[in-house]
Amino acid sequence: MDSATWEKIKDHPCFSEEAHHYFARMHVAVAPACNIQCNYCNRKYDCANESRPGVVSEKLTPDQALRKVVAVANEVPQLSVLGIAGPGDACYDWNKTRATFERVASEIPDIKLCISTNGLALPEHVDKLAEMNVSHVTITINMVDPAVGEKIYPWIFYGHRRYTGVDAAKILHEQQMLGLEMLTARGILTKINSVMIPGVNDLHLIEVNKWVKERGAFLHNVMPLISDPAHGTSFGLTGQRGPNALELKALHDRLEGGAKLMRHCRQCRADAVGLLGTDRGQEFTLDHVPLEPHYDGAKRQAYREVVARIRDDHLEAKEKAIATVASANIRGSLQVAVATKGGGRINEHFGHAKEFQVYEASQTGIKFVGHRKVEPYCHGGWGEDAALAGIIAALDGIDIVLCARIGDCPKERLMEAGIRATDTYGYDYIEAAISALHATEFGTAPSQATA
Amino acid sequence: MAFKIIASQCTQCGACEFECPSNAIELKGEKYVIDPKKCTECKGVFEIQQCASVCPMPKTCVPA
Ligand code: SF4
Ligand code: SF4
Ligand code: SF4
Repeated sequence: MDSATWEKIKDHPCFSEEAHHYFARMHVAVAPACNIQCNYCNRKYDCANESRPGVVSEKLTPDQALRKVVAVANEVPQLSVLGIAGPGDACYDWNKTRATFERVASEIPDIKLCISTNGLALPEHVDKLAEMNVSHVTITINMVDPAVGEKIYPWIFYGHRRYTGVDAAKILHEQQMLGLEMLTARGILTKINSVMIPGVNDLHLIEVNKWVKERGAFLHNVMPLISDPAHGTSFGLTGQRGPNALELKALHDRLEGGAKLMRHCRQCRADAVGLLGTDRGQEFTLDHVPLEPHYDGAKRQAYREVVARIRDDHLEAKEKAIATVASANIRGSLQVAVATKGGGRINEHFGHAKEFQVYEASQTGIKFVGHRKVEPYCHGGWGEDAALAGIIAALDGIDIVLCARIGDCPKERLMEAGIRATDTYGYDYIEAAISALHATEFGTAPSQATA
Repeated sequence: MAFKIIASQCTQCGACEFECPSNAIELKGEKYVIDPKKCTECKGVFEIQQCASVCPMPKTCVPA
């Protein structure tokens, strides 16, 4: 990667897997109007107990959004990116997007601005996006063939009228490709989100990957369809299922070698706040933020200085660990699940983990392959057995769990399921621990730890 | 003649508000409402009523 690109992504948690250990994003839901209908979306749905992309409990005006961003920036030192990611389309509901970005940028000039869009209204705003320093754009592209698109989009609203069927999908496709090309030409980094819909566009996404790569997309994020009749989406109601983890992984593997894949996406809510994998949104609802917060960048500044210092150290340890594993030349591979709350270290208690990050140690080194969401085990003493059973199911195929602390009881239950767990490497760098573990497992170094 | 919004189905996305060529739609408290005195049914400007064709909820912007 060239250094100019690294500068653009090094504190963007979504565009860089490495950065997501250090930096946080927040989304503000200011632009609820949309110009297309997708079969996986239900605009009416809003539930505070439900976490899924696009869902939001609090729609904000640009002024309220500014208040919230300032409050979060004062309290969450990791904050580096402000995104507008639905519900609705940031480019279509343009006046609100623009007003929000202009206000925030004048208050907090160093925050990165980022939008998500379906692309239909994107081309007409690319110049203004560039002018406002919006550095990262995500376009949701689920098809390049209108015959496929027709099954995903019942209608679009374009040029003051509604289009349906293939006509709608064709216009959407053309606008998406044009918008992507225009962004690439201006050096704005793009991420393409694709929703994998089994039997509709799953294999077609291989074609999508080629098209977007040719047009300069920086990352391709293939996400599973979330479909539940209770969400009331068209797909939910027709019984269209989402892919399982293995199907998703198989598609990811087939896309290897094309446009670079994003594997650390958490399919966040449209009002998420914090490091990826954590959502502190509930701490910053409007009734929790001061009426006229004054921006105080001290915490963010101090945190950035710390990151700048420790990051090189981490990178060095990481590269060394990866090289060690690769040079051991061992055929077998090790699937490791890590409990972390950021900083690139194993620093979360087993019982508090809401997700485990999965790494694979193999002949090629140590690779981040994804994450597994779980219900935390320590939830105040009730339902622990059920939670543990759920975690064990979610950890299917994992050899070893690394965490900062784990009790004897869950450790034994995991062991019975064939999953080892250890806190021996608590607070170590993730890759360094995996390298040590790999050496112990495959007998290339004196045994240092027992799992 | 004018259009109206069935408030119980409205998601308050606001799309109709900025698409209306007559400035007839406004958020009043918790509800989007169409001012029947201002609504022209988009006649002479667009072939089809803008509020009805942008609205994500079926049968929510309807003839009054
Ligand atoms: S949904 Fe994915 S890309 Fe968007 S903020 Fe969350 S992790 Fe990043
Ligand atoms: S019919 Fe046309 S003029 Fe009347 S409210 Fe709807 S958009 Fe406005
Ligand atoms: S477009 Fe429909 S859903 Fe959106 S605010 Fe207008 S009436 Fe409500």
